[in-house]
Amino acid sequence: MSKEKIRQVLKEQGKFSTDIDSLSDDADLYEAGMTSHASVNVMLALEDAFDLEFPDRMLKRSVFESINAIHAAIEELSA
Amino acid sequence: MQSSSLIQTARLIAKDFAAPHADAVDRDARFPQAAIDALKQEKLLSAYIPVELGGAGASLSELVEICEILGRQCAATAMIFAMHQIQVITLVEHAADHPWYRQYLQDLVKHQYLIASVTSEVGVGGEMRRSRCAVELNGDQFSLVKDATTISYGAQADDLLVTARRHADAANSDQSLILVRKADYTLEQKGNWDTMGMRGTCSPPFLMTASGHRDQIMEVPFGDMSARTVVPVSHLLWGGCWLGCATAAVNKARSFVRGQARSNPGTVPPTALRLAELVSMLQSLRTSVQACLTEYEQLSAASDAATGPLSSIAYSLKMNNLKVDATQALPQIVIKALSICGILAYKNDSKFSMSRHLRDGLSAALMVGNDRILATNANLLLVLKDD
Repeated sequence: MSKEKIRQVLKEQGKFSTDIDSLSDDADLYEAGMTSHASVNVMLALEDAFDLEFPDRMLKRSVFESINAIHAAIEELSA
Repeated sequence: MQSSSLIQTARLIAKDFAAPHADAVDRDARFPQAAIDALKQEKLLSAYIPVELGGAGASLSELVEICEILGRQCAATAMIFAMHQIQVITLVEHAADHPWYRQYLQDLVKHQYLIASVTSEVGVGGEMRRSRCAVELNGDQFSLVKDATTISYGAQADDLLVTARRHADAANSDQSLILVRKADYTLEQKGNWDTMGMRGTCSPPFLMTASGHRDQIMEVPFGDMSARTVVPVSHLLWGGCWLGCATAAVNKARSFVRGQARSNPGTVPPTALRLAELVSMLQSLRTSVQACLTEYEQLSAASDAATGPLSSIAYSLKMNNLKVDATQALPQIVIKALSICGILAYKNDSKFSMSRHLRDGLSAALMVGNDRILATNANLLLVLKDD
């Protein structure tokens, strides 16, 4: 459920050159074309969609590198 | 070679091979051949390469100090040294366990290859993290054509380290880093390098056509290397160059004020007050470079270097601030030194001339434009909380 919501955010903000639906949950989003600039927009949109705030310690490349990684971060914050 | 002797050697090279030619290098926009030859002779181009591969195993701190030492005499020599070391550090940190690169680093120690960076490209708007050109693989061989807006010392370099899209269908941010060898590339110069300062870096645009073996395509994505190594190391080594340039200007002002004091003992010359302010400005610049250097060396040596704070956006913001602050301070320092020495600093043929320092120093804010960096920071601040 929340992975679908993450996909939706990525679709709107990730600026991918490829179809996001063709990416697996563990595909590298940076390899798929997400820039640092786009990743900030993804972070903002995720904070809005899930009504949470990522602490600074989570604002790093590895936390946003795949749908699974983002999902794990959100789970940790919602726990 | 012992570490402290590296610094001693750099001092001798700066004095005997960089300083005597600095004005001619600047005037004629020519490559500082004598200084670079001396650096090769003393094996300083491989200083960072680990001892087990034949290098001197120097630390980043030592390289920053060498940049400052060279930068006090000739900013172009310092900048060429800095840019080369950025390439070497990237190879050591991200490819030293790969057989092809391991051999290359050993060969670099032996032959002192000078490596130039090819990150700029027509059509990407100065953004290092985007490429248009792509690696084309054909069996075990690749070919690559890149239309570079600038390649510093391209014509004088031995080898090139090039960014390109990983393959023909890769997104423009999905980049690889590829080392291409002198025998395997051609450069067609597409323009001139006739600038205000940093003239000796000889950085015109070139069309590069290269080929090689697929082993030369580094495995780690450039994006990972960029955040963790290339960007911070660049800002720190450039910081050393800028400290050298600023110190050269300040030392001229100090000498000028001492001269005034000697001609009239018993009174403190009015310029001494301005000098006191100036030395404080230089100290702030030195402190901020040093603080970031110490922190980087700690973070990069930590066990979580690959996934820890170095790849955080809080750290990017901090290094970007170092770059912007230092490069804004540098011209202000030189201009203040100029105002202390007055007309003698304005004259080109005086020993207090600030012309070269000022023109060199003005490049700092443009070399990776500060507005681009501030725009990045503005974006990062939308999510950073300082929590």
